[in-house]
Amino acid sequence: MAPHDNRRPFKRAAISDQQKRRELSLLRQAQNRRDAQQQARCLASSILSLQSAAPESQPEQSDIELETVPEAEQESEAFSKDLDVRQASKLRGPEVRKWFARQLMLPEWMIDVPDRLAQDWYVFARPAGKRCFVVSSNGTTVSRQRNGSILHHFPSALPAGAKIRDGSGSAQSYCILDCIFHELDQTYYVIDMVCWNGYSLYDCTAEFRFYWLNSKLEESGACNAPSHYHKFRFSAVPVYNCDQSGLHAAYTGVVPYAKDGLLFYNKHALYQTGNTPLALVWKDENCSQFVIDTDGKGEIPSQQQVVLELQDDRKLVTSDDPPVLFGCLDGDIIEKSGLHTGNLLRFAIGDGGLSFVDGKLEKADLIYLGKSNRARAFADSYSKVLFQFMVRHSPLKIDDLLASINSANDQEKTPSDIEMVG
Amino acid sequence: MEVTQVLFNAQSIDGTVRKNAEESLKQFQEQNLPGFLLSLSGELANEEKPIETRKLAGLILKNALDAKEQHRKFELVQRWLSLDATGKSQIKACLLQTLSSPVFDAHSTTSQVIAKVAGIELPQKQWPELIGSLLSNVHQIPAYAKQATLETLGYLCEEVSPDVIDQDQVNKILTAVVQGMSASEGNIDVRLAATRALYNALGFAQANFSNDMERDYIMRVVCEATLSPEVRIRQAAFECLVSISSTYYEKLTPYIQDIFNITSKAVREDEEPVALQAIEFWSSICDEEIDILEEYGGEFTGDSDVPCFYFIKKALPALVPMLLETLLKQEEDQDQDEGAWNIAMAGGTCLGLVAQTVGDDIVPLVVPFVEENITKPDWRQREAATYAFGSILDGPSPENLIPLVNVALTFMLSALTKDPNSHVKDTTAWALGRIFEFLLGSAVDLPIITQANCQQIVTVLLQSMKDTPNVAEKACGALYFLAQGYEGEGEPSPLTPFFQEIVQSLLTVTHREDVGDSRLRTAAYETLNEVVRCSTVETAPLVLQLVPVIMMELHNTLEGQKLSSDEREKQSELQGLLCGCLQVIIQKLGASEPTKYVFMQYADQIMGLFLRVFACRSATVHEEAMLAIGALAYATGADFAKYMPEFYRYLEMGLQNFEEYQVCAVTVGVVGDISRALEEKIVPYCDGIMTQLLKNLSSNQLHRSVKPPIFSCFGDIALAVGEYFEKYLMWAMSALQSAADLSTHIAGDDELVEYTNSLRNGILEAYSGIFQGFKNSPKTQLLIPYAPHILQFLDGIYMEKDMDDMVMKTAIGVLGDLADTLGNHASSMIQQSVSSKDFLNECLSSEDLLVKESAQWAKLAISRAISV
Repeated sequence: MAPHDNRRPFKRAAISDQQKRRELSLLRQAQNRRDAQQQARCLASSILSLQSAAPESQPEQSDIELETVPEAEQESEAFSKDLDVRQASKLRGPEVRKWFARQLMLPEWMIDVPDRLAQDWYVFARPAGKRCFVVSSNGTTVSRQRNGSILHHFPSALPAGAKIRDGSGSAQSYCILDCIFHELDQTYYVIDMVCWNGYSLYDCTAEFRFYWLNSKLEESGACNAPSHYHKFRFSAVPVYNCDQSGLHAAYTGVVPYAKDGLLFYNKHALYQTGNTPLALVWKDENCSQFVIDTDGKGEIPSQQQVVLELQDDRKLVTSDDPPVLFGCLDGDIIEKSGLHTGNLLRFAIGDGGLSFVDGKLEKADLIYLGKSNRARAFADSYSKVLFQFMVRHSPLKIDDLLASINSANDQEKTPSDIEMVG
Repeated sequence: MEVTQVLFNAQSIDGTVRKNAEESLKQFQEQNLPGFLLSLSGELANEEKPIETRKLAGLILKNALDAKEQHRKFELVQRWLSLDATGKSQIKACLLQTLSSPVFDAHSTTSQVIAKVAGIELPQKQWPELIGSLLSNVHQIPAYAKQATLETLGYLCEEVSPDVIDQDQVNKILTAVVQGMSASEGNIDVRLAATRALYNALGFAQANFSNDMERDYIMRVVCEATLSPEVRIRQAAFECLVSISSTYYEKLTPYIQDIFNITSKAVREDEEPVALQAIEFWSSICDEEIDILEEYGGEFTGDSDVPCFYFIKKALPALVPMLLETLLKQEEDQDQDEGAWNIAMAGGTCLGLVAQTVGDDIVPLVVPFVEENITKPDWRQREAATYAFGSILDGPSPENLIPLVNVALTFMLSALTKDPNSHVKDTTAWALGRIFEFLLGSAVDLPIITQANCQQIVTVLLQSMKDTPNVAEKACGALYFLAQGYEGEGEPSPLTPFFQEIVQSLLTVTHREDVGDSRLRTAAYETLNEVVRCSTVETAPLVLQLVPVIMMELHNTLEGQKLSSDEREKQSELQGLLCGCLQVIIQKLGASEPTKYVFMQYADQIMGLFLRVFACRSATVHEEAMLAIGALAYATGADFAKYMPEFYRYLEMGLQNFEEYQVCAVTVGVVGDISRALEEKIVPYCDGIMTQLLKNLSSNQLHRSVKPPIFSCFGDIALAVGEYFEKYLMWAMSALQSAADLSTHIAGDDELVEYTNSLRNGILEAYSGIFQGFKNSPKTQLLIPYAPHILQFLDGIYMEKDMDDMVMKTAIGVLGDLADTLGNHASSMIQQSVSSKDFLNECLSSEDLLVKESAQWAKLAISRAISV
C-alpha cells in the first residue's frame, strides 16, 4: 500500500543533495552575472570616466569636517532635493558629490556608549587625512574623495591596478577600497574593503571584511614601498576587539600616522552606504587635533555652528533618515534672503543651547548665520551636532567608555540580544 | 480492414506477428483517422467480439485522446476537435451504448474513454447532452450499468474542471452519487463505484458544502460508508474524508468529534488499508493547520482566508496515545524494504506532523512513553520509544528539547553501538540525525555538542557505518547534519580534528561490497559532499588531497567495458555521484585564491575525465558532469578555451536535450559560465550556441522553466563578445520582444506570477547584457530602434504593479544601461517614459539595497545622458 506522495520520506530527510548542488550552482551563476554587470556599469563608466566636474576641494584635515571653506562666492542657483533630472544635470557638481558621498559608509558620532561594546565591536585609531574611495580596474587606480573629485590617478599593486600583464589580472577583476590618505607619509590607510578582485564584500560582515582586508592586502604587494608600477604605499590599520585592552591599545598605542579619533565598527554589520549607527566615531583631545569643529580660518568659533536643511513649511532638519527636526525658520528671513526648500543653512547655537525631554531633542536655540558653503552635500547629522554640543559642555570621556566595558563584564551572564539593522 | 484480427495479433506472443499488427494499426490511423477511431469504437461496442480485442480497442481510443506530455496532449486535443462532427457523434453513440455492456472490461474501459472525450469537449461547450444521458442511466437496472455510469461520472469529474459544469448539473451529479453511496443501496459494486466517484466529485461541491443541510447529508453518508461491511467501501469512504479534510477544512467543526471516534476505531481495529487512510486523515489536518499557522506568522492577524480551528491541539490528549500505539505495530524487516508502508510508519509520520503543528504541547504527552519503553526487552518497544522521541524533535522549542536531548544523547550513542536489534539501531541513528538537523546551528544558544562528547559522537557514527546497510545509511545521514550544523561558523569547527578520519570512513563505505543494492553509497557521497562544503580553511589541504582520490574513482568507472544495460545504469549513477563530489570540491577550492591555485594542477586531467564520462553515453550528456564543468569553467577563467574544441559537441548535445529539461537548463547555465570565463574567446562557438538557443526558445516541447535562463544567457554572451553580437541582434531582439509582450500582463495563479517574473528577469538581464556589451562601440546606434519598445516594456511592467524585488532591480538597471549606452540619442525617449520618473523614484526609496543600488546607477546614467 503506497503512502500519499508527501509522506514518502519516512525516516529519511527530505533532502536531495543533487538538487542542492543545482541550486548552489544557480546561486553562484547569478552572483557571477550580477558581478559582471555591476562591474560593467560602475567601473568602466561612473568612477573612471565621470568628468571631474566637482570643484577641486580645499585641503581638509578630515572628512568629518564642518565648514572648511568660507561662504561661496555666489549663489546663482538654488536646488532642491527633489529636482527633476533635467535640472539636476545642470547642477552637476553637487550631484556628483552626493553620489559619491552616498557610496561611503559614514559613521555616526558616538553620543552614548553602545551595549556589548566588548563583544560586538572593533575599535581602531582613525588616521588623520582625506577619506576616499580607491578603485583599481583595467590597469589603473583612481582615488576619489567624498565629494567626487579625483585625488590621484596612479598605478598600484592592487589587483588590476597597473598595466602589467602577469596573467593574473583578468579584465573582470577590480577593487574598491575605503581609505584615508595620510599626507605626511603619502600612504593610503585602508580602513575598509568593499570589493576585492571582482568579489563584492558589500554583503559581508565587518568581521569578514577586516579578516579579508588583512590577508589580501598584504598578499597583493600593495603594502610594499612605492615603485614605478606602484606609486603609493597602502597599509592596513591595527584593529582591536573593543575590550579593555583593545580600547586602551587603540587609544594610546603608537601608530605610524597622526590619529584623528577612534572608529568603532560593529562586527556583524554589512557595508552600508550612507550614515549608519553601526559604525561610530569618537574623539577627545588626546587622540585628535580636530575635536571641536573649526571655521574656515581654522579657528574655533565661540559658539557651536551647525548646518541644517530647510524643508517645506520652514522646518529645519538634519541629514538623518528620517530627518530630525531642530526648529522652524522665521518666514521673514526666508523672504529676505531668498531661501528655498532644500537650502543648507548655517546656524550658531545660542546660549539657550539644546534642551532635551526624555532623551529627545525638544528645543534648540538657533541663530541664523547664512547659507552654507556650496561644497557641502548634506546637512549635519543629529549625532554630529549632539557630539559637538557635548564636547563643549559635558564630553563623553575615555573613562566613560572603559567604565562601560567594565560594567558590562560584570553582567556578562545576561547578554541581551541586539537587533541588526544592517 | 478486419480490425478484430489485427487487434488480436497485436497481443500475440509472437514478436513478428505483433509488430506487423502494430504497423498496420499505425498505417490505418495515419491514413484514415476518423475511420480508424470509428471502427475501434464499433469493436468496443460489439458484444459479439472477444473481450481482449474490445479492451485493446478501448485502450487505443483512450491513448488517441490524451498523453502525458503537455505538447503531445495539446496536439491530440486539437486533432479530435478538428474531426468531422458526424463521425464523432457516431463514436460517442457507440461509447454510451457500451456503458451498458454486461462485460466488465468493456464498460470499465469505456467509462474512461467517455471521460477523456468529455475532458476535451465540455470546455468547448460541446456534447451538452452527455451528463443528462448519464444521469438517466443511473436509474437503470441492471446494477452493472448503474455501476459503469457512476464510474464514468467519477472519471468525468477527474477530467474536467469544476467551472465547466453548471451548478444545476453538479447538483444532479452529486445527488446521484451520494444516493448510490448510501446504506440503502443494496449492491456492493454500485456503492463502491459511487463512493469512489464522490472522491472525484468533491471538488465540485463547493456550493453544496456551504449549505448546512446538504453538507450534513453528504457527511452522514460518508461516515456511514466508513462502517460498511465491505473493506473496499470503508477504504474509499476514508479516502473521501481525507480529501474533505483538505478541501473543506473550515467546515469540519461540527463533525470532528464523530470523525475522531470513527478514525480512532479504524486505526485500532480495522484492516491495514483502512487504518492507513484513517491515520492519513489526521496527517492531512496537520498539513492544513501547519499551512494556516505559517500564514498567521504566529499570531492572528486576520490576513488568512481560513482561520485555524486547532483541531489537532484539541484532539491532542486522545490523538497522541492513539498514534503512539501504532508505533508498536512495526513489521519485521521494514527497514530493508524501500517500498514498505505500514501502520507504524504512517502513525510515526503523523506524530511528527502533530509535533510540528502543536509544538511544545506534545512533549509531556510523548516523554512518559519514551521513558517507559526505551529499556524494555522487546525490541518493538525500544524502537517505538526511539521513534517517538525522534519524531518530536521538529516543532517544540529548542529550550524545551535540549535538556531532554542532553539526557538522552549518551543513551542513544550506546544504543547505536550495543543494541542487539538492527531496527532499534536504524531508528537511533535516524533520531540522532534529527537532533543534529534541528537543534544544532547558530540560532541555538545551548550546546549539545561539546569538546567532551564530540569525539564520542564521531567515533560512534563512524563505527555504525560498518553496520548493516540500512543502519550505515542512517549514520551517514546523521553525519551529514552534524557537518551542516557547523556550516559557515566563523570559529574552527569541532569536527576539524576528525576531518581525515571522517573522509576515510566515508570512502570506505563507498567500497563496501554490499553497497550496491541500497541507498548507502549515495548517502555516503552526499555526506562527503556536505563535509567538504562545510569544511574550514584549516582542512583545505585535506580537501586538496581528496581530488586525486575521487579522480581515480571516476577513472575506474571508465575502465570496465561491455556492460549490460543494468550495469551501465549503475555505472552512470556512480559517475553522477563522483562528478557531483568533484563539483563540490571544485566550487570549494575555487572560492579562495590560494587553494584555487593549487587545485589548478588537476584541471586538465579532471576535464579529460569529464569528457570521457560524456563519451560513455550515446544520446544524452551527464547532468552531473555538466554541472561540474560549469564550476570548473568558473575556476579556470580564460584558460578554459583550450577545452572548448573537444567539449563543444557535448555542450550542443546538452542544449538539445529537451526530454531531460534539467540537463538542458544546467547546460544553459554552463554557457553563461563559459561566456564569463572566455569573454571574446567564445566567439568561434557563438554561431552554434546562439542558433541552438534560438531554436530552443521557439520550441513548444521544451519545458518552460528553461526559457528565462536562455534569455539571461543571451545577456551573458552579449556582455562577453561585445559588438560581435551584432550578428545575432535582430533574432535575439525579436525573440525578446515577443516574450516581453507576453510577459507584460499576468493573469493567473501564484505559480504563473512567479514564472512570469522569472521570465521578465531573464528578458531584462538579456537587455542589460546587450546594452553593456555594445557600450563604447561604434555600433551602439544599432540599438536605437529597439529602445522605444524596451522603454515601453519597462513602463508596462511598472504599471502592472506586480514585480518582485528581483525584477525591479533588473528593470531599473536596464533603464540605466539604456541611458548609459545610448546617451543623448535616447534622452527624449527616456524623459517621456514613466519609468524614468515614478518608477525610478520608487526604486530610489526602496528598502531593498540591491534595488536602491541599481536605481542610483540608473539615475546617474540618465542624468548624464540627458545633459550631454
